[in-house]
Amino acid sequence: MSIKRVLYKSIVGKPLRSFALLFICIVMSAAVYGGAVISVSLQNGIDSLEQRLGADIIVLPESASEKVKLENILLQGTPGYFYMDKDIANKLAAINGVDKLSAQYFLVSANAECCTVQVQIIGFDEDTDFSVKPWLREAYSGKLGKNEIVVGSDLSTRVGHSLTLYGVECKAVGKLETTGTGLDTAIYAGSDTVRGLIKAAESKGISVLSKQDPADVISSVYIKVKDGYDIDEVTASINLGIDGVQAVRTKSMITGTADKLSVISGSVRLLITAVWLLSAVIMLIVFTVLINERKREFAVLRAVGFSRRRLAAQVLLGSLVICFVGAVLGIGICTAVVFPFSRLIERKAGLPLLTPDALTAAGYAFAALAAVTVTGPLASAYSAYRLSRIDTGRILREGD
Amino acid sequence: MIITARNISKSYKRKGISGEVQVLCSTDIDLESGKVCLINGRSGSGKSTLLNILSGLLCASGGTVHYDSTDVYKLSDTELSLLRCRQTGYIPQVQSAVGTLTVRENILLPSAVIGKGKDRFAADGLLERFGLTELADARPGSLSGGELRRLSIARAFVNSPQAIFADEPTNDLDDENSRLVFEQLRKAADGGAAVVIVSHDRLAQEYADVVYCMQQGSLSREKGRI
Repeated sequence: MSIKRVLYKSIVGKPLRSFALLFICIVMSAAVYGGAVISVSLQNGIDSLEQRLGADIIVLPESASEKVKLENILLQGTPGYFYMDKDIANKLAAINGVDKLSAQYFLVSANAECCTVQVQIIGFDEDTDFSVKPWLREAYSGKLGKNEIVVGSDLSTRVGHSLTLYGVECKAVGKLETTGTGLDTAIYAGSDTVRGLIKAAESKGISVLSKQDPADVISSVYIKVKDGYDIDEVTASINLGIDGVQAVRTKSMITGTADKLSVISGSVRLLITAVWLLSAVIMLIVFTVLINERKREFAVLRAVGFSRRRLAAQVLLGSLVICFVGAVLGIGICTAVVFPFSRLIERKAGLPLLTPDALTAAGYAFAALAAVTVTGPLASAYSAYRLSRIDTGRILREGD
Repeated sequence: MIITARNISKSYKRKGISGEVQVLCSTDIDLESGKVCLINGRSGSGKSTLLNILSGLLCASGGTVHYDSTDVYKLSDTELSLLRCRQTGYIPQVQSAVGTLTVRENILLPSAVIGKGKDRFAADGLLERFGLTELADARPGSLSGGELRRLSIARAFVNSPQAIFADEPTNDLDDENSRLVFEQLRKAADGGAAVVIVSHDRLAQEYADVVYCMQQGSLSREKGRI
């Protein structure tokens, strides 16, 4: 028998009371930790996306918006394709303020051919590209040859293995890091490879082009504006000067998503604060209500020789232990839900979600653990003070 | 141990009454080792208040209490609590078991404070002495009033105290159990402890060496078995 055991028994000996407090702590820690992780994941997702775009303006066929939103291809990896005449690249090069430009080619894999779902195939020009290559280099530093591809992190294909696209064997030479966006299921290849795949698709009777030759088409053009030029003005010049295309400022393309993220992120932070405050208030009420229930128990402890300080410590330590255990459980449950199901959450929310690395996540877990653990002693401080100053003699004489 | 209380006074503020209610006024009392001291008197006369002051649970409004040469009012709360735990045993008027602990654990509670809580032999001896052996692992919720009373008395004995303060220790007990309790208190006194009993029980007089009567906050010595 020790004082620690008295404390332990006071917790396990009242299972309903302890479980109620534990439940509050689990909810509080799950909200604080889960909210923080989701908020950071959303921010990481948009940062990653911004970093990847690399271009100031994207030009695509006017008809493209009727087929698929480019934002969806970029943010969610929604498979889609559209084409325009490759001469448009020359016209764009002549626009005042255009510094660099590079064409890209979009194609989607045939149903259930290579992968369980249709994936987006993105071709880029090895010689002119400035948008894809910088981050593609993390996975593959060489020059992509004919029928060589780099795959997104979510595709099961391993480096060195092959993937069959429209009957063409394509060798995976690199695999990208997770981005938290739908592009994790995309395939990247050189322009020649994608043109070859378009031809292969045509030969298999899958018509992706109307009458053009694959060598004469491009899907989009990425543009870098010269320093000192206003991006909006260059965008407007393209839209006014070239028929059949639409130029979109990349920033504006993700602004909608970023704004949405900002609102969600703010709401999550508000929710975290509200849940924390609400839980703290509930705990304060519970501990205050418990004063009456525990008066007799504390009067006995006082009578047998517990000092006021030790009595207060019993209350504070009891709440600390419950909050600590509740926080550990809450964080554990949250980790088991948020990380494995982040892709599902991303799909359902329609927003890029890039979960933080283990060290950052551990940092957030520690912060949540500390926040929830100190809440108990803070909420029970008044109760500890009252119980340590009970009128022992009166309670042990009158029984209340 | 000799407990000396001088000029003890105590007044309370009571709800609905202006000013303070004087419960004890200039009371002197000496408690000696080996003696059973009985304090009786009408309800509300201040007997329990005096007992709580003597046991160090309650602070007097005026006066001094010495345990041998130690002025208890000069000790910090932690020092006084430890002194009370090591040297005194307290038997409260109402049922006073901690519901989450077993009977054995309740008895060992004072030992836990001074780090001797693993002394199972001490608990087993007391369980046997007070007829609680079979209930050692039971929770207080399953005990009768008499068993609970015996439990709180056994607990007061666990640290072999030099002074025992018993507030109506035979409240819920039948004559047989009351005798058992008074006999144990007598034994403790014979073993060298100073025993103070506050009781209405006429049976108590048979075991007391000194009998005091409390009337309107003042203590007067009655003729007893001195």
